Amino acid sequence: MAVLTYIQAITQAMKEEMQQNEKVFVLGEDVGVKGGVFKATEGLIEEFGEERVIDTPLAESAIAGVGIGAAMYGMRPVAEMQFADFIMPAVNQIISEAAKIRYRSNNDWHCPIVIRAPYGGGVHGGLYHSQSVEAVFANQPGLKIVMPSSPSDAKGLLKAAIRDEDPVLFFEHKRGYRLLKEDVSEADDILPIGQAAVKKEGSDVTIITYGLCVHFAQQAAEKLESEGVTTEILDLRTVYPLDQEAIIAAASKTGKVLLVTEDNKEGSIISEVSAIINEHCLFDLDAPVRRLAAPEVPAMPFAPNLEKEFMMNPEKIERELRDLASF
Amino acid sequence: MATEAIYMPQLGESVTEGTISQWLVKEGDYIEKYDPIAEVMTDKVNAEVPSTFSGYIKEIISKENDTVEVGTLICYIDTNEEASGASPIVHDPQNQTTEETNEQDQSMKHRYSPAVMRIAQENNIDLSTVQGTGKHGRITRKDMEHVVQQPKTNTDKAPNETDATDISKEEAIEEYTPPTFKRRSIEANPGDREIPVTGLRRTIAQNMVRSTTEIPHAWMMIEVDVTNLVAYRNAEKDRFKENEGYNLSYFAFFLNAVAKALKKFPELNSCWAGDKIIQRNDINLSVAVAHGHELYVPVIKNVDEKSIKGIAKEIHQLSQKARTNTLTTEDMEGGTFTVNNTGSFGSVESMGVINYPQSAILQVESIVKRPVIIDDMFAARDMVNLCLSLDHRVLDGVICGDFMSHVKSILENISSETTPIY
Amino acid sequence: MDNEQNKLVENHELLLEMYREMLRARRIDERMWILNRSGQIPFVVSCQGQEVSQVAAAFALDKDQDYALPYYRDLGVVLHFGMTTKELMLQAYGKADDPNSGGRQMPNHFGQKKNRIVTGSSPVTTQVPHAAGFALASKMEKKQAVSFVTMGEGSTNQGDFHEGLNYAAVQKLPVIFMVENNKYAISVPLNKQIACAKISDRALGYGMEGITVDGDDPFAVYKAVDEARKRALHHEGPTLIETVSNRLTGHSSDDNHLMYRTEEELDEAKEKDGIIQFKEYLKEQQILTDEKETEMEAEIKQEINEATEYAENASYADVTTLAHYVYSQEEAK
Repeated sequence: MAVLTYIQAITQAMKEEMQQNEKVFVLGEDVGVKGGVFKATEGLIEEFGEERVIDTPLAESAIAGVGIGAAMYGMRPVAEMQFADFIMPAVNQIISEAAKIRYRSNNDWHCPIVIRAPYGGGVHGGLYHSQSVEAVFANQPGLKIVMPSSPSDAKGLLKAAIRDEDPVLFFEHKRGYRLLKEDVSEADDILPIGQAAVKKEGSDVTIITYGLCVHFAQQAAEKLESEGVTTEILDLRTVYPLDQEAIIAAASKTGKVLLVTEDNKEGSIISEVSAIINEHCLFDLDAPVRRLAAPEVPAMPFAPNLEKEFMMNPEKIERELRDLASF
Repeated sequence: MATEAIYMPQLGESVTEGTISQWLVKEGDYIEKYDPIAEVMTDKVNAEVPSTFSGYIKEIISKENDTVEVGTLICYIDTNEEASGASPIVHDPQNQTTEETNEQDQSMKHRYSPAVMRIAQENNIDLSTVQGTGKHGRITRKDMEHVVQQPKTNTDKAPNETDATDISKEEAIEEYTPPTFKRRSIEANPGDREIPVTGLRRTIAQNMVRSTTEIPHAWMMIEVDVTNLVAYRNAEKDRFKENEGYNLSYFAFFLNAVAKALKKFPELNSCWAGDKIIQRNDINLSVAVAHGHELYVPVIKNVDEKSIKGIAKEIHQLSQKARTNTLTTEDMEGGTFTVNNTGSFGSVESMGVINYPQSAILQVESIVKRPVIIDDMFAARDMVNLCLSLDHRVLDGVICGDFMSHVKSILENISSETTPIY
Repeated sequence: MDNEQNKLVENHELLLEMYREMLRARRIDERMWILNRSGQIPFVVSCQGQEVSQVAAAFALDKDQDYALPYYRDLGVVLHFGMTTKELMLQAYGKADDPNSGGRQMPNHFGQKKNRIVTGSSPVTTQVPHAAGFALASKMEKKQAVSFVTMGEGSTNQGDFHEGLNYAAVQKLPVIFMVENNKYAISVPLNKQIACAKISDRALGYGMEGITVDGDDPFAVYKAVDEARKRALHHEGPTLIETVSNRLTGHSSDDNHLMYRTEEELDEAKEKDGIIQFKEYLKEQQILTDEKETEMEAEIKQEINEATEYAENASYADVTTLAHYVYSQEEAK
């Protein structure tokens, strides 16, 4: 065991997979000599050379599209989008191509690519370095979207994503990169994609969330614990396709559900979670399902006070949690 | 002159901490605004941190090679300006509007959630009998789960079902939480006087509720012939008053007898502590002292080591203190058993409420001259009732009966030989 | 004429084989129109007028090593890479045994892994970065293979054209980009599509070889592709080839091209039809006799008849398979 930050766990996962399988390679802008703008690919070019750690031109559709081609060929590309906000030029490649290759070819071809992208705010990134983009891709059968909440999860899930036979979007919270630290196993542990995880058990209110918000939810829950309110926290981990069974179980357990995302509310991942709960859990519900999300503005502003107002934090969660507990 | 603080800046979007690799200034140095003051190393960049003020370095807080979180104070600068008052990263607490929940508002009492309806239907529960603990009286799913778990006391259980299993369930040890009740407000009528509940009254109320809801009280009374005691005390009281300046009260004799009996039966000098019973070594008797509308319960410590005079003296001193409002917390702490002088109000029989967390309280009633049959002949004797309330978790009838008999025998055999005053 | 062309010119068997492939593509396409107009199949998008470019280019490749990333008109390319007439008819009908997609995609969205034909979609030009990806992978694996990607000239205005060509050029990847310039993007003529003289002018900006050839001239196309392949395998980078020819039909069975083209223009295009020109050349050279031609036509017709009948009678995919192959089935376990 060693204490790793979230980003070190990500680097470690890529490194281990590249050591084990020579078909694994990384490509993206600045991933080579610089080791990535966040240092996610630090040290990889030294170990694996520039043939397998490829600095590409600044062209997101090519980064995705070349990766997709190589994946169809039989390689295991790990493409990096420098910021999730910049994935938009590659949307055609991801949605029209990667997502549909297996289906449209009737299983003749498939596309085992991983596209990594740092998402999320709270880092003074302004409108275009702070966005959550998962909802854009979360109605595209054929895609999988993974958003880990801790260093151990990040490592186990990224390794699983690289070994997955289908395209995986892997969104990493950039504020979590150096904020989240924990003991991470050095073993070759794989976490199953498509399975949510109960991060905390409780009986009064259920929080269902993902990514960095899991961390915030844990902080809020701990605070209320001393007041006798216990919180069940379900970490979705894979936000598409959703783990329906786990969602139904967690919601039914307490009957009071708080859904949290850093993304805008309407049409978000948690809106879908809410729909699942409403379809399956009516007779276990003891309060209206509640969504805590960002306001309906296009993205997070740069000015610190505006950013703070937009951004999710433990206090906002605590307030909702308290209110729902007392309902 | 104003002192300003410099904080570890955020050097990069995902950076949460930095290491001060080198200070470029020392305390006392003068620096211009934007001059570099320290070299900082982070995961992403190595950078010189510039000063945000002009002035003298007053104090360096973070040492070289310290790794500190973004936003941590690293040094102070004395500036030439007036204090700006604005400190950079202040995490102002969320203005938490603590919502005023009106206890009386029962508007949600009849709004049932789907879960509540289902549980009510599955378990045949009449929702009008369920107390809601939710907002505005709403019945929560947890309220229903509690109702389902509780053995039904009153009504409509089908006789054939689940009795046996209920009993086996009850055998499982569970933590006991007394039921809580909501009540309608009690309104004052015109002309009524409303007296606010003060701190002391509130404390007394809380202690009494706690004692009676938590402690299973049992009760017994014995009759004691204190003719000898009365004779002895009457013979000594005037001289005593003359010599000591305060009264030789009967109560001192009773305390003396109780202390002796507690020495023999330490079981009564104990308290319930959940998973154990604690038997006290010291015999410290709490005594109730009334003053006006207030009731104090000061403690006479180590009564078993004190003479009748010593006890009488302390009773006197504590009463004085109560009257002059000078009782200290110390005076009221550490009681292990309470003796209550109910006889002073003329009572002949009463049920004491145990002084939590002690395990028993003894009420000393009025001494009354009564006809008593002794050797088949009527005799006029001074009689007193002693009433004991006991914590039935700690104590049983047998031990308490023995204790009371012992007190009785001490009191009935009081004389100058057995019980000297000094 | 250089050596390669001489070799081709002298190889009469090969020339006949090429002609046969072109003719087969044309006749299959014509049959599809008949089936469409008689209500048998819902949609046709045509190769007519571009068969010479497609077949000549494909002949210059190694179909056992190279990867083809065709676009929807490339019937000639996929025929050469190994897709059968029967399989083409199955995909026109959208039947279960269509190897391209099992009836999931519209006709002419080619893909067949065993024949190294890479699956494609309807949004145009997405295949261009994929071709760079295939070339990157085969280069990493040190294979002697190129990826051959085609598109219409309309696609050269897409972002993926720019991103894909630039990427391949920067990393000197073994890719052949072939633009089949038929002068129309559906109804929009070339002069409303580009401001430069030739599509191949764009190669300069990427630092790669660019060449424009007559798409009706099989020798010119063959030579251009052959040279591009050699450059690619010698690590000299990709090539942009523009083949200029005419679209002889509407954009698709749903398009009336007389709304934006004149009869005169069409007649002129038909006169320049590469297949007819090539046939005349072969007859002049006495490589193809009338007798041989009749025999060839009869064989092809019978093959198409059989294929049509087979496809017509084949089953559609069962509706219970609708949700199959969204994700890997192993993972579904």
